[in-house]
Parts: sequence; structure tokens; C-alpha cells
Amino acid sequence: MKIILIEKDGTERELEAVEGWTAMEILRDYGVGGIKAECGGALACATCHVYVDPAWVDRIPAPREEEREMVEDHAMDVRDNSRLSCQIVLTEEMDGLRLHMATNPE
Amino acid sequence: MTEDERRIKTDVVIIGAGPVGLFAVFELGLLDIRAHLVDILDRPGGQCAELYPEKPIYDIPALPIATGQELTDRLMTQIAPFNPVFHLGQSAEKIEKNPDGSWRVTTDHGTVLDAPALVIAAGGGSFTPKKPALAGLEAYEGTSVFYAVRQIESFRNKTVLIAGGGDSAIDWALTLAPVARRIALVHRRDEFRAAPDSVGKMRALVAEGKMDLHIGDLAGLSGADGVLSCVSIRPREGDAFDVKCDRLLAFYGLTMKLGPLADFGLELKDNLIPVDTEKFESSTPGVFAIGDICTYPGKLKLILSGFHEAALMAQAVFRLVHPDKKLRFQYTTSSSDLQKKLGVEKPPDRV
Repeated sequence: MKIILIEKDGTERELEAVEGWTAMEILRDYGVGGIKAECGGALACATCHVYVDPAWVDRIPAPREEEREMVEDHAMDVRDNSRLSCQIVLTEEMDGLRLHMATNPE
Repeated sequence: MTEDERRIKTDVVIIGAGPVGLFAVFELGLLDIRAHLVDILDRPGGQCAELYPEKPIYDIPALPIATGQELTDRLMTQIAPFNPVFHLGQSAEKIEKNPDGSWRVTTDHGTVLDAPALVIAAGGGSFTPKKPALAGLEAYEGTSVFYAVRQIESFRNKTVLIAGGGDSAIDWALTLAPVARRIALVHRRDEFRAAPDSVGKMRALVAEGKMDLHIGDLAGLSGADGVLSCVSIRPREGDAFDVKCDRLLAFYGLTMKLGPLADFGLELKDNLIPVDTEKFESSTPGVFAIGDICTYPGKLKLILSGFHEAALMAQAVFRLVHPDKKLRFQYTTSSSDLQKKLGVEKPPDRV
């Protein structure tokens, strides 16, 4: 399966993904700049913030309350489609998932 | 405190009091090497304490499960016999080589530490405040925009806008309320992840009209010559509005940056310090690096790797600190000398 990362300049990158992994782990594995993922997926830092492509928002499980709070309190430039990529667990149905790079701390 | 009291001579200065820096105290202590630690956080534990104090870690040998805080607490107990000295809430700003070959570390609080060896266990770097993404922010930083309160007095009679929804934001709003002319709090949603008691006090002040509460996102700053005059807030729905203020305090949590370490003059590779795998020494003699900040072929960023690196580093540091002594390798299970250092009162009966 694959996921697509859309950089801020519009460049699209196709990343080989693994079912059962989180989107953050795939982004980190590829060394995608702008994804620090400091806490390693502990839902403690909001540095793996992405925007889910509007076409995909309803096709993936909604964020849990804990994630929503973390995004609201700690992410930057929060939008309705803001997600923490460490909380998106990839399933077969997510083949082709499109994620846009969000604002993260430098 | 006089200049002299802030000048400290010790055996090793460890920059970073995360799990690896803490365990280094143990390995050094067994070899009679005294350590002082410097950390920018106000408590030991590094990422374990700051990012995941309540999250379980499963890959510490012989501890099938431990939270970040438990691991920190256990390490603190383990190193207690060696009486490490902590300089917390301070950033190591500068390192220099003294004429006698030892190293000098100076912190942003003016603490000066001299030691024959320097160990960098800085993990992912310094925890620094996350900054709001606002155009022209830099022009106001340090004059009108702050990420911490150093002196309460500097907020006297000021109109202060405090951004954030956690304990820091609420606590400072309450603390500064009697001092400031007016306090306004701004948060993205009308819920706060802070101590319920403090949230209650804040709500009461808002209800009494003594504090303002705005729900929305920071959208822009206006002012001139570094002096803020108002902050624009964009609510979830509707138009942005302006809040008059001359101070903005933003509490959006911390993020890791390499920080002053970048200017220490050490060789860096992708923001990491290359070391050899025998001594874990950098290419600058006398400066060692262990844990997530160091790199070498095959390096894994695991706490357990950092523990191993600490043990080997200690052997190398011994030769610098005690050049005239012979290093004898001993086990804590059988060495009465080591057990004495650890404060074991009576060694268990031998089988």
C-alpha cells in the first residue's frame, strides 16, 4: 500500500506504507522534513501534525478526544482536517491516503 | 551568591539530565568520579519527564513496563549514593578549554563549572518554547512577547494577554492577576487541561469581570519598535477582533532544538555528535557524547543503548580524571569496594 504526502510547495511524494503502522512512522521512516515526532507517538508533543486531504477526512477513523485536545492545545495553524499522524493507524482501506504537510515547530 | 560560589570544580560535567545522563552518574560514580549535571528543564528525566511521564516504556532490560516518570525515579534512587549535583532550569550556553586542559561550562544563569571531562547527554537538544506562527513575531520577542516569566515585577501595571490552555497559562494568569493592570486569556477552545482548582479560580475571576477570556487563535500582532499595542484573535466563526495589550505570554508547550550546543565548536553530523564506539568521545578530546545526541555506525536511539554508551564512556573518563590510578574492572555483585560506594550496609551472605 502507499500513502501520498503533499509538501507545502505542492510536490507529491508517494511513500511505501505498511498496514498496521501509523502514518507518522512511515513519514519518519522516509525522513520527511517537518515531522519531528519528538515523543515517538506517545501523543505528547503534536510535532507530527498533518492535514488530511478533504477527500479522505470521512474515510478514516475520526480522532479520539485525547488527540483532538492535543491538536487544539499544542499544534500550530490548526484546521478542521488537522490530525496527528501518529494516531492514524494504516489499514488496507487507506491505500492512497493523501496527507498534506502542516505547520510544525522548526 | 558570590562569583566564587558559582565557580565549581568537579570531575565531570554532564549536559543533560535525561535517563542516559542520570545513568552516567552511576557508571562514573562506581569509578570514583563525581558529576555535576546541567539541564534546561526544572526537574531531572529529560524527555521521559517532559514528554511521556505517564506513558509506558516496554524495552528497558528487566523492567517489562515502566512509565517515563518511574524510570526517572528509579534512576534517581540508583544514583543517590553518588550525590550528583543538579543545576536545573539552566542552559549550558558555552564551553571553553581552560589553559590546564580542563573544560569550562558556563550556564545562562552564570554558573561556571570546571572539569577534566565533559559529557554531552543532551538527547534531542534543549527543550525550548513552541512559538506561535505569527508574522513579525521576532520584532517583539524579549520586549513585549515572552514564553516564560522571569520576574513577576516586570508585568506590574501591564496589560497582559496570556495564550494557552494548560497549567502554565492558567497558573500565570492567576499569579499575575494582582500585579498586572489587566489580564486576558486566549485559548483555542473553551476547555482547559489544567488543575481543576486553578481553572475554577480563573473562571471565577472571569465571571467577576476581573479577567477576560477569549476563545480563538492568535492571528496577528500590531505595534511599533518592538512595543506591542494589540493582538488580533480569530475566533472559530466570525471575524477576527483586536485585543489591546502590551505584553503577550505564549504557553504552547515545548519542542526540542539543538540550541547553544550548535555553537560549541564540536563536529556535528546532521545535528548529532559523531563519536568512536570505544570511548564515546567526540573528535574534540575530553568531550564525550552519549545517548540520542551521539552518532556512530549502527547507532540506535534507544535508552538501553545510551546506558551501554555511558558505561564505556566512564572507563575512558576515568583515565582523564584519575590519570595516576589503575582502573580495576569490578562487579557490583561481588566487589565489597563497589558495594561500599553504593551504601550496601552488609553484603548478602555468600552461597
